[in-house]
Amino acid sequence: MIKDITLGQYFPGESVIHRLDPRIKIILTLLYITALFMIKNFTGYIIFAAFTFEMIYISTVPVKYVFKGLKPLVFIIIFTAFINIFMTGGRPLFSIGPLLATYEGLNMAILMTLRLLFLIIGTSLLTFTTSPISLTDGIEKLLNPFRRIGVPAHELAMMMTIALRFIPTLLEETDKIMKAQMARGADFESGNLLKRAKGLVPLLVPLFISAFRRADDLAIAMESRCYRGGDQRTRMKQLKLHNRDYIAIGLVIGLMIILFLVRGLKY
Amino acid sequence: MSIRIENLNHIYMPGSPFEKQALKDVNLEIKRGEFVGLIGHTGSGKSTLVQHLNGLLKPTSGKVYINDIDITDKKTNLKEVRNKVGLVFQYPEHQLFEETVYKDIAFGPTNMNLTEEEVEERVYEALKTVGLNKNVLEKSPFELSGGQKRRVAIAGVLAMKPDILVLDEPTAGLDPIGRDEILFQIKALHTKLDMTVILVSHSMEDIARMVDRIIVMHKGSVAMNDKPGAVFKKDRQLEEMGLSVPQITHVVNKLRSKGIHIRDDIFTVHQAKKELLKLLSRQ
Repeated sequence: MIKDITLGQYFPGESVIHRLDPRIKIILTLLYITALFMIKNFTGYIIFAAFTFEMIYISTVPVKYVFKGLKPLVFIIIFTAFINIFMTGGRPLFSIGPLLATYEGLNMAILMTLRLLFLIIGTSLLTFTTSPISLTDGIEKLLNPFRRIGVPAHELAMMMTIALRFIPTLLEETDKIMKAQMARGADFESGNLLKRAKGLVPLLVPLFISAFRRADDLAIAMESRCYRGGDQRTRMKQLKLHNRDYIAIGLVIGLMIILFLVRGLKY
Repeated sequence: MSIRIENLNHIYMPGSPFEKQALKDVNLEIKRGEFVGLIGHTGSGKSTLVQHLNGLLKPTSGKVYINDIDITDKKTNLKEVRNKVGLVFQYPEHQLFEETVYKDIAFGPTNMNLTEEEVEERVYEALKTVGLNKNVLEKSPFELSGGQKRRVAIAGVLAMKPDILVLDEPTAGLDPIGRDEILFQIKALHTKLDMTVILVSHSMEDIARMVDRIIVMHKGSVAMNDKPGAVFKKDRQLEEMGLSVPQITHVVNKLRSKGIHIRDDIFTVHQAKKELLKLLSRQ
């Protein structure tokens, strides 16, 4: 039931991409997106697609999984394509009633669709290959320079870590309480909206109580281990840059340069 | 109320990297009025198995029959099945939610669409069975002590008057007195009301003195299925599965290995006392 939801969609693996430093991976993902928005023609997209699929191949994440992640966004993609085809001015292609499709529109629609697809695929590759914990680690380190202007980097990262850590626990708890109440004849699936909302009380009350209990326990456990926020806190696992990180940076910058050079081509 | 399980398999999250086979080809039969202990190491599939008994989990393959009704069939009314098979989860006090103890115990019977009088009667009866005083009825369940909360939660299931009662570690986290009291009340339910009871536990001591038959689960399969005496004779095998015989059986086995002639089917302190006294008076 609830257990079947893949969480944060992390796909465990040992590939080079999995082992990249999370800070580098976040920055490279941002560069990847920048590169994507530089593309103006199909040559660019072919190069970009080749690069992306090569990365997916190296990451050992099944392509099926990557495409599954696109499913919830199919509507937005189709909607964007539709708007672009009909709302761009230019040479007429065909028309449906008052709507006039144009060649320029079709061209634009294809480019926009590709852009959206790669945007999702690229960013989901980050979450597929980075565990939520190392992702927050990376975010904390990247936010660190902004502490001077009052961004509570450590606290934000700790909150994210705790939240992520407790999602599976709370899901499991929800599942368990739901089953226990179903065993007592509770019905979560039928009836009108009001009845269903009322039916949630036996689920929500115990869930909140348990969340507060866990929060309390966690706070005590942290304090008894002398946790006092981010200042002068050291880590067991230091993030260190390896050769593979430099190579990855080089590759992405190389990709950006190539994409910049082919911008001038007509197709 | 009999239970029959045929070639039951259950796989969690099939097709993902987290795929896990929790049950492998389980075949079991439990007769009406039996008191069965279900034992196994953490992750052996005990909890998964009991959740199949009232249709909370659907098998990946295989059949579960309650009183010859196939509850894995889509057409079976699961609500009716759940009224007959009462399931008390681990730490059941975590599921209390109502403002008063009365309302919480009444939750199950109310869902069965009984009249108010019937519900009231059942609440009082269930409360008596678990040995709680009537003055707790108007209190909030969250004011009670841990042991009392546990009893209220068990009463909530008993008030539905199931024919089969399944308890998943009902004594976990209780002090010895609370544990003994709850086990005693479960035993009384079995003898007085002729309920079929399945007790899940990893405490050999608890199981040894209560049940007619022990089912040992190991890595999703049924590893042993026999009378307590026969199961506890296989202490080596049990240890390999991360389980152990009751401490007193351990003591008796040590005595036997030192050449003292004492019976090999002792698994409660009471039996051991009797046998040892017999032995001493003979000398």
